[in-house]
Formats: sequence, structure tokens, C-alpha cells
Amino acid sequence: MSLWVDHYRPKTLDDLHYHPALSARIKSLAKAGDFPHMLFYGPSGAGKKTRIACTLKELYGKGVEKLKIDQRVFMTPSRRKLDVNIVQSNFHIEITPSEVGNYDRVVIQELLKEIAQTQQVDITARHKFKVVVINEADSLTRDAQAALRRTMEKYMSNMRIILCANSTSKLIAPIKSRCLLVRVAAPTEDEMIKVLKYVASRERLQTDDAALTEIAQDANGNMRKALLVFEALKMQKGILSGPVAIAKPDWETYCCKVGDMIIQDQSPSRVLEVRSKLYELLSHCIPPTVILKTIADRVVELVDESLKADIMHWAAIYETRMRVGNKKIFHLEAWVVKVMSLYKHFFYDIDMSGFD
Amino acid sequence: MSFFQIQPPRQAAKEQVVDHALQPWVEKYRPQTIEDVSSQEHTVAVLRRTLTSTNLPHMLFYGPPGTGKTSTILALSRQLFGPDNFRSRVLELNASDERGISIVREKIKDFARQTPRAQSGVSSDGKTYPCPPYKIIILDEADSMTQDAQAALRRIMENYARITRFCLVCNYVTRIIEPLASRCSKFRFKPLDNISTSQRLTHIACAENISLDPSVVNALITTSQGDLRRSITYLQSASRLANSTSPPTVITPEDIQEIAGVVPDTVVNEFAATLGIDIGGKDKTKAKSFDEVRREVKQIVREGYSASQLLSQLHDLIVEHPTLPALHKAKSALAIAEADKALCDGADEELWILEVALQIHKAVS
Repeated sequence: MSLWVDHYRPKTLDDLHYHPALSARIKSLAKAGDFPHMLFYGPSGAGKKTRIACTLKELYGKGVEKLKIDQRVFMTPSRRKLDVNIVQSNFHIEITPSEVGNYDRVVIQELLKEIAQTQQVDITARHKFKVVVINEADSLTRDAQAALRRTMEKYMSNMRIILCANSTSKLIAPIKSRCLLVRVAAPTEDEMIKVLKYVASRERLQTDDAALTEIAQDANGNMRKALLVFEALKMQKGILSGPVAIAKPDWETYCCKVGDMIIQDQSPSRVLEVRSKLYELLSHCIPPTVILKTIADRVVELVDESLKADIMHWAAIYETRMRVGNKKIFHLEAWVVKVMSLYKHFFYDIDMSGFD
Repeated sequence: MSFFQIQPPRQAAKEQVVDHALQPWVEKYRPQTIEDVSSQEHTVAVLRRTLTSTNLPHMLFYGPPGTGKTSTILALSRQLFGPDNFRSRVLELNASDERGISIVREKIKDFARQTPRAQSGVSSDGKTYPCPPYKIIILDEADSMTQDAQAALRRIMENYARITRFCLVCNYVTRIIEPLASRCSKFRFKPLDNISTSQRLTHIACAENISLDPSVVNALITTSQGDLRRSITYLQSASRLANSTSPPTVITPEDIQEIAGVVPDTVVNEFAATLGIDIGGKDKTKAKSFDEVRREVKQIVREGYSASQLLSQLHDLIVEHPTLPALHKAKSALAIAEADKALCDGADEELWILEVALQIHKAVS
């Protein structure tokens, strides 16, 4: 018994529920002999991985579903050993090089060369090339991306690369210019409702539009989240109709509470309280960027129109510093204090322009 | 049939040959001689002289991507040595090869110190090649070599200068350490001008039998900004897409924009209008509230457009805006510059698009 997300994941390009034009394009590309390198990008939960899996199936048929998981050991020039998990079938290989951090270049160099220099053994295979799927390509280091450059051209005859990324901003231009860019936009609300309805009909579930609309709105374009919420609600209630109460995740309500605390009182003792809450959130492995964004969203809801822009401005600034810096809590706190001071000065009507 | 008879070459050996139809056009139409290199007249003129005199200095090629640096040196070495000696005389290393200090010490040094064998003039394909008595080591993407590795090259370059020439190829000449740069004669490759780009593109289109509308060529030139490789890749992707439907459709400028990941103009214009920038055609737009700006930003992020691309297009729109006061333009440009730096540092895209939106919103209203 698997989750609905996995159980109803489309297996072929024809099964995909939205972006029909895109599916048609990929399909025709897969039929033609010269399949290009590809780069799938779009927000999370939009269906990038699903589309990649469908593309592979279209290329090679059923064989790609026979997967095996391997652990490979790579050696860095300084004789350090790296363990990398590799998912592979006879026709493709899937890696997430960013899991080895700074040493992703070594993995890329060794693995790709090895694949590029071996020929397809299976004579019945439809294509002579193998496909390498690289997940989280936007977190590849510059060095690793540079290592990809010439490899992508040189070994085009027996290897194709499919990159999967959330955004193309962090990819260097030479990589982008060698790939066919495929943008996978998040589904619209109507499209999500359509998918939910399909799942409901397959599960023989009674639903009504109001409930589905609410789930779709809550998911904010993330199909995976919508399906998970849908299944959770079904487990709780059995029948889905009328207004449904979608339980927010714990951390989200917790973040909202922090936001409320910031607005209620601005004092050193309150900063300490907020700090302990932030620590708690961080120790539960909530990414600091998500914490910052959720609290900022909450704070912005509560304050006056003229303050909103400033609060988001500082949120952006401190978020960047958090990435560049080392210790996340400093920057989160600094932002909290900044918001408090902005709010207090706004209340007592003091001009803050000299303090920026 | 005797075992000792010469066997006919096996089928497998034939399949090793790369199928021409499957080759990327970038490789297929790589210039074969230096005369074919587009739009780098100065460099080509200098190098042509070295072909006749067969004396070559160490070289440093630098310039933006897609201007023909690698193609030039490959073509030159092919013309110098011919197909027979190419393998034994040329060592090509790029960023996909390990190039730490140990490789410089071992592999490069070993290759550099071999004395090349003298060669007869006539090659297997019947042509005569100069085949001068030295080898060429091509270090492609040299700016991604570490400082130490570069420093280790210094003495090697001098010691074996009699029998080995180095050619460093890089995008940023500033990343090459000074002692190396001063040992080479530098060649700057400038971005291709529009005329040579369009000539090259139409040449390829003719050879591949695709009809190319002038508007498509223009779209290719504007999206690729002087990077010939990029425009050729886009052209190939577009023609693949156009051919794959039945019946084959004609390539449109919109196809090129979609492939290049350009944000459609309507989206950018709508975004700008939400920020209170006057877009021609509509009645005077009113600046919107914070929540409306945020909703628009959320929508754009959901559509999955890349933030850096969106910002650069927004920048173009603002800078070329006919009626916006200079002060507003300057403030907006400042906000966009900040955001670009932040995105380079890996900051959150949604926050920074929102930040730029709010700053411009403030500056304009």
C-alpha cells in the first residue's frame, strides 16, 4: 500500500494531467533520433521528476522501471573517500551530486567519464545513448558545472544528460546554452482540482467542489502537497464535503505564533523568548529560509501598509546574509530586532531614515 | 575458408563511427580551418602567418563564451599537423579532466618533455601539412585551474619551449596569474557582430535544409548576445521541435524565446504595470498596493520563470523606457543590481523579486 502521491503518479507521457503541449513536445523529441540534453526547471511539486521519469519511459520502454540502488565509492585527489548513492537501470543512471557537498566535481568527472566511455551493451535497446539524470542541479558547485561543459559536447554520441533544477539562476551560462530548457510551471488551481477529482474517482470517494478548491488553494501550486493533504484528510474524516479544516503543519502555526509575539511587545526580554523559539524551530530541522519567510508573511499581515515594504526589504537582506554567513541564528535574530525597532519607531513616529 | 585469411571488418567496428545526423550542430559545423572562423579577423590574420612560417608563440585566448576560441586552436592544430599526427602532437585538457597540481607535474610535464618525431610531409589523405617540430598543449577553460597548478606551469613552459607550445583558453583573463599571462601572446576574441552571426546561421540553415525567416534570425541574435554556440544550439533545438510535429511547422520567433528561457513580453509588461510603470497602449496605470504586488510576484514564481532572466528583462524595459524620469531609472537599476548580487550568493528568489518589485514601486510612485 503506497501513498496516493506515488500510487497515482503518471507513468507515461500520455497519462500526464496538465501541460499537454509540453508532453507532446517531449514525446516527439523522444521519437526522433537526436534527443538533446535537457534541463527541466520549475517550482517544487510542479511535476519535474514525474516528467523526467515519463520521458525515460518514452525513450526506452518498460526496462527503465527495473531499478537498482548502488552505493559507489569515489576517491578525491586528497585520498578522501566519498560514498554516493546511485539509482540506475540498464538505460539510465540517476545521481544527486550535491549530497557530497564540495566534492561534487569529483563525482561528476569520474562517473560521467565512465558512462561516456562505455557503449550500450543491450542490443535491443532503442537508443544507443545512456541517460544521466542529475537532480538538484542548481546546487552544483561552479567547478562541477565547469566539468560538465566539455563532457556534454564531447560524449554526446553515447550519453545524454537531463538536469533537474528549481531555478536556472544558479546555473552557469555555458550549461544553459547546451541544454534544451524545459519550463515546468506549477499547475493552476483548476488543473489541480482536475487531478484531485481523478484520484477521488479512482478511490471511489465522495467529494464536492468546495473541499477540493480549498485543498488546491492551500497547496499553492504544489501538487505533491495537495495530494498528501487530500489523503490525510480522507484518513481523518472519511468523507470529504463542505468546508474542510486543513490542519497547518506544526511548524507553521509555531512560526505564526512567533510573528504574533514580535508584534505584541518589543522589548529585550521578548527578544530572548523569540530567540528560544527560533532555536527550537532550527533544532527541528526547519530550513532557516522557510522560517524567515513564514514569520515575515505573518508579520506583514499584521502591520500597517507603510511598514510592509521595509519589513520585506530587511527580510531579503538578512536572508542573503544568512546564506553567505555561517551561523543562521544571528541573522534571524538580527532581523527580528530590526522588525521590532521599525515597528516601535513607527508607533512613536520617529524618523528612521538616518539609521539605514 | 581459412582462419588466416584476412577477416572482413566486423559490423561493430563500423558502428563506432559517430552518426553525423546525431551530432550536435555545434560540433558538426565547427570550423575546420582557421579561415572559416567567423568575425575574428585580427587573430586569424596573425595565425595565418604562423602557418607559413611554422613558428608559434605561446598563446592565451580570452573572450566571452561562444566566440570561437576553442574552435580556432583546434582548427589551427589540425591544419598544422593533419589527421595522422594530431593525436600524438596535441594534448587537450579541459575542466572535465582532473587538473590539480599533480596532473600538471606528471601528465603535462611528461607530454611536454617528449621530443616529437620528425614527420614526412605527405599525410594519408594526400595533403601536405607543415608539421612543425613541436607539440601543442591546449588548456581549455584555464581560468578554472587553481593558482598552484598555474604556478607549477611557469617553469614547464620555459623549460620545454623548444619542443612544446602552450595555448591557454579562458573566459576571464584576470583569473590567469600574471607570470603565465606575460609568457603568452594574448588574443582577445570579441563577441560576434550581428552580420557574421546571421551569415553563419543562414549557412547552417541552408546546409540543413530548413527555411529560416529573418525574424527568427533576429530573435536568435538578440537572445544569444554574440554567443554563436548558443544561437546554433537554439536553432537546432527549434528545428528539432518544428520537425517533430507532423506536418512539420515553421520555426517562429516565439519558439526561440521559449527555448532560450526568455520570459514572454506580456508577463514582463504586466509585472511592470503592477509596479506602477507606465506601459504604452493602456490608460495611465495606478500604482498598486503591497498585497497586489505580492500576489503578482507569487504568480510569477509559480510559473517557474528564472529570477535572473526576469530581472534582466525588467532592467531593459526600465532603462529604455521613454518617459520615466532619470532618477527613477537610476533607483530601479540600483535595486536590480543589489538583487543580482544577492542571487549570485544564492539567496531566495521569491524574496528578492519581491524586494526589487517593492523598491521600484517605491521609486516610481
